[in-house]
Amino acid sequence: MDEIKFNEQADITDQVCPMTFVKAKVSIDELEDGEVLAIRMNDGEPVQNVPRSMKEEGHKILKLHNNQDGTYTLYVRKVEEG
Amino acid sequence: MAEKKPDYSALKKGGFMRQKQKGYFSLRLQVVGGNLTAENIRTVSEVADKYGKGYVHMTSRQGIEIPFIRFGDIEEVKEKLAEGGVKPGVCGPRVRTVTACQGAAVCPSGCIDTYALAKELDEHYFGRDLPHKFKFGVTGCQNNCLKAEENDLGIKGGMVVNYKEEACIQCGVCAKACRENALSMKDGKVVIDRGKCNHCGRCVKSCPTDAWEGESGYLVSFGGLFGNKIYQGETLLPIIRDKDTLLRVADAAIGFFEKNARPGERFRLMLQRIGEDEFRRVITEAYHG
Repeated sequence: MDEIKFNEQADITDQVCPMTFVKAKVSIDELEDGEVLAIRMNDGEPVQNVPRSMKEEGHKILKLHNNQDGTYTLYVRKVEEG
Repeated sequence: MAEKKPDYSALKKGGFMRQKQKGYFSLRLQVVGGNLTAENIRTVSEVADKYGKGYVHMTSRQGIEIPFIRFGDIEEVKEKLAEGGVKPGVCGPRVRTVTACQGAAVCPSGCIDTYALAKELDEHYFGRDLPHKFKFGVTGCQNNCLKAEENDLGIKGGMVVNYKEEACIQCGVCAKACRENALSMKDGKVVIDRGKCNHCGRCVKSCPTDAWEGESGYLVSFGGLFGNKIYQGETLLPIIRDKDTLLRVADAAIGFFEKNARPGERFRLMLQRIGEDEFRRVITEAYHG
């Protein structure tokens, strides 16, 4: 698989819902429009919900990568609100 | 007001519940789909202060009751409430408050507009006299915040989903969002097991490229009870795709109850007594129009 280039990364594996989403949101808020954030999250509830929440915030999901260690990395391109 | 013996049955029909304290009634209000306007609430507050004991009771089905209303104040209380757009509810053997979660109008998880549907059901059926109480509940999605299956007729929002491979970037988000294991990734592609799909619509909601399309529908359950006896309402039909069919099915179910139940017999207990076959036939016929 092609590696996706990213500008910043966030690790939310130390958080539980709803702080998983909050930490991801704070991290992406710090990026510029068009930059890519790599978010590492746990399997289970975070990976079921965080990608969808980022989509609902209007950002662009690029890829969900299974790290094969019980975590996933979600690549999200920031979309500034119009 | 001159002393006269209250007609308890008429009062009950009008939402006045006799209290254990002689001469006092707890007034049940009509709340549709759990929503009240700020004006409604101000009016309720004023009435509770002036005619009750300055508090209200929230019922288990999204209703409000104002306890400690004196028998002699009933007409005046009704007028005051009507001025603020508040109507009395009902109890007794008839169609009760139609409950609803916030649904698609507010909630990101919602698949259907539950409040609009609750209002429509309320207009069609509220207060209709039947052999026993009859409860409708409308919930927006499989999260089931409104507990559809507790109701005599429960409606749950769902989606019929359709995959467009050309729009898919194989990101894998839908396979993780699906809780039914209906979706999996194999060699970088989405594999679909339709038999496991429960119409939750999470694939549609989560897909970043709109490669999943969803059409809203209704999953209807029949014969739920959550009182002296507890039964989970059963989904006896496939997902219903349009509101006309939904209303036809609801009409058929309520008509069947009216025709077949004994006085004081709940929907589920009637089905148990006479068997489900005929009921299944009737609603299947309504489903097919």
